[in-house]
Amino acid sequence: MILTGAEIILECLIREGVRVVFGYPGGAILHTYDALYMYRDRIHHVLVRHEQGASHMADGYARATGEVGVCIATSGPGATNLVTGLATAMMDSVPIVAITGQVPRAAIGTDAFQETDVTGVTIPVTKHNYLVTDVEELAYTIKEAFYIARSGRPGPVLIDIPKDVQAQKTEFIYPEEDIRLPGYTVPSGAAESDVDRAMDLIRQAQRPVILAGHGIIMSGAMAEVRELAERGQIPVALTLLGKGAMPENHPLTVGMMGMHGSAATNYAIQKADLLIALGMRFDDRVTGNLKTYAPHARKIHVDIDASEINKNVKVDVGINGDLKTVLRQFLPKLADATHPEWIAQIRDWQEDGSERDILNHDTHGKLLGAQVINDLWKYTNGEAITVTDVGQHQMLEAQYYPHQRPATMLTSGGLGTMGFGFPAAIGAKFGKPEEEVWAIVGDGGFQMTLCELATAKQENVKVNIAILNNSFLGMVRQWQEFFYEERYQSTPMFNPDFCKLAEAYGIPSMRVTRREEVAASVEFARRHDGPVLIEYVIEKEEVVYPMVPAGADLDKMIRRPKPNEVENA
Amino acid sequence: MPDSQSFKNTLVALVENKPGVLNRVASLFRRRNFNVDSLTVGRTHKDHVSRMTIVVDVKRADARIIAANLKKLVNVIDVQNLSEQPNISRDLALIKVRTDDVESRNGVTLICERYPARIVDIGTKVAIIEITAQEDIVESLINELRPIGIVELVRTGVVAMGRGIRIMDTDYEPRRFGEAANKGLERYGV
Repeated sequence: MILTGAEIILECLIREGVRVVFGYPGGAILHTYDALYMYRDRIHHVLVRHEQGASHMADGYARATGEVGVCIATSGPGATNLVTGLATAMMDSVPIVAITGQVPRAAIGTDAFQETDVTGVTIPVTKHNYLVTDVEELAYTIKEAFYIARSGRPGPVLIDIPKDVQAQKTEFIYPEEDIRLPGYTVPSGAAESDVDRAMDLIRQAQRPVILAGHGIIMSGAMAEVRELAERGQIPVALTLLGKGAMPENHPLTVGMMGMHGSAATNYAIQKADLLIALGMRFDDRVTGNLKTYAPHARKIHVDIDASEINKNVKVDVGINGDLKTVLRQFLPKLADATHPEWIAQIRDWQEDGSERDILNHDTHGKLLGAQVINDLWKYTNGEAITVTDVGQHQMLEAQYYPHQRPATMLTSGGLGTMGFGFPAAIGAKFGKPEEEVWAIVGDGGFQMTLCELATAKQENVKVNIAILNNSFLGMVRQWQEFFYEERYQSTPMFNPDFCKLAEAYGIPSMRVTRREEVAASVEFARRHDGPVLIEYVIEKEEVVYPMVPAGADLDKMIRRPKPNEVENA
Repeated sequence: MPDSQSFKNTLVALVENKPGVLNRVASLFRRRNFNVDSLTVGRTHKDHVSRMTIVVDVKRADARIIAANLKKLVNVIDVQNLSEQPNISRDLALIKVRTDDVESRNGVTLICERYPARIVDIGTKVAIIEITAQEDIVESLINELRPIGIVELVRTGVVAMGRGIRIMDTDYEPRRFGEAANKGLERYGV
């Protein structure tokens, strides 16, 4: 079968199981869009309003489904607009394939119209990238790109395809054989000696803690982690992206760790005599001061990326392997154990934490972000897929919306990309149409990508947008309050009337100013079958507690006073 | 071995001989803030495989972390730390020195006799000395020539190879694609 490069792209996408792509046309990618017209029954194209939105949608799709998300852009500005989304996916190990048009081969290097060296630009923010210089290589390159994106530690892969290569014709033969790359190996199991050393440490531990990360979800090792925790009676601390790796209502789940983690979790880590780090990478936001981090603990680290082991935290047993495979080596050798005193100690810390919880305080009729998130959790029965933006609402989501299932809390953790939430929610909904999807965003981040309201409306995609509007860049304001003596430079925000804005797009909206209305707002959102926008007008100067100041010791948290301490103050 | 006393390690990487691979390696070192002392790259006896010798400073980052990061690059086939094994390492320098009087001409000749160096170009104004040796020997020659007057200098950076039968090679064969269809390249409009 003689096909053009553009047709080959689409044939290959279909063979990779791609049914939806997110993109934006332009000169250098037009051949591919022309081919999309013929393939429109088999591949649905979602027209975004900015290419950054396309990359975040592909990301949200991938996080929700575990499959590769695909975005398409033209050369030059189209391609560079993808960069933030690629960097986001790179930091959080999300499989994306980005296809970009490039100027024709003869024009490369001449500063042609809309030419950018996009493979050069994206080297640091992709797992790998390609410039395809001949149509003969196209099919194999695409297959290789998908393989690299989804295997090992997943990540974004970009394929840059010159316009004339999209037009070239060749005999299309799909490469059926498996991809073999000379320098690319996917780790699997652990050496038995390492397993034995790890099991020795687990057996000796009196105060063990499991650090559960994103890798558990990507490896599909939830059941194995749970068995390890239950049989060893080992408390589980979650990273932000590890939320859902262990059901949060499980008695052994202590909570999130790190800068805005629960105090009980951070105390537990600092007092632990063993950390079992599973598919996490000791980011500075979870360790605080590395010099004083978990000073009494020996450490086991299992990660699929060898370069993560001993990167930030020196460990006693480092295992480079696939988590599910490695845990299946652990479990037969695991001796059942109990740690009643240790767990009782953690319960005490948790009780102290709940005394300080704002939900147990009188807030004198003010509507707080924490209350909104808690109530959204309540009225969605804790079963929605929530996709957050970045900032206070994100940390409040992590604290007040417990998740029981993996891949139901999607958020930009590593890069902290404002503007991620709303487009990623659209992508997630395309991936999981049967699920209730809520984009939980702040007024700041939402305005970075709100142009995708048009996309949501055009596609009539059922995403509920919850804007927590405090007319501030809330998290930055909080830092200014704590560390810059309340000099609120460039954090108060003028905002549009979000409900009128929604109306302009033909999107139903509702404004909530009192806590009693939150239940009705969820009902309102569910009544409509397309996108819905709810604006929650919340207290302007809410603070997210606890907080480990950047670089401070993990247990030196700024904590909310208990109610009686407030009264005495 | 000088390597064990200093903070320098010599890593050798076999990489696919493809456009942009050097860029990927350089980009990795830059963004991870790994310090590179020298980096050399050249083809091997196989057209599709290039070999890099990278001398790195391991004060900030462990050689194992650097090697693991290199290994993560898709086009990097294999990485070894030669400082962990007996090895031969060589640096080549071309040194242009002043030879515009009898004293300097004689000085240069005498110094070169004590080194594995030779004078490859000599005139009434300057001479070029070539030396191929271990890095510290090259260093030492340069220091001796300095008082005479070095006017230009170029070095290749270190290349290295493990001693004995430890062979660093790959049996990978690149995928061959069909006839390149490069016709009509120039006429295609932007």
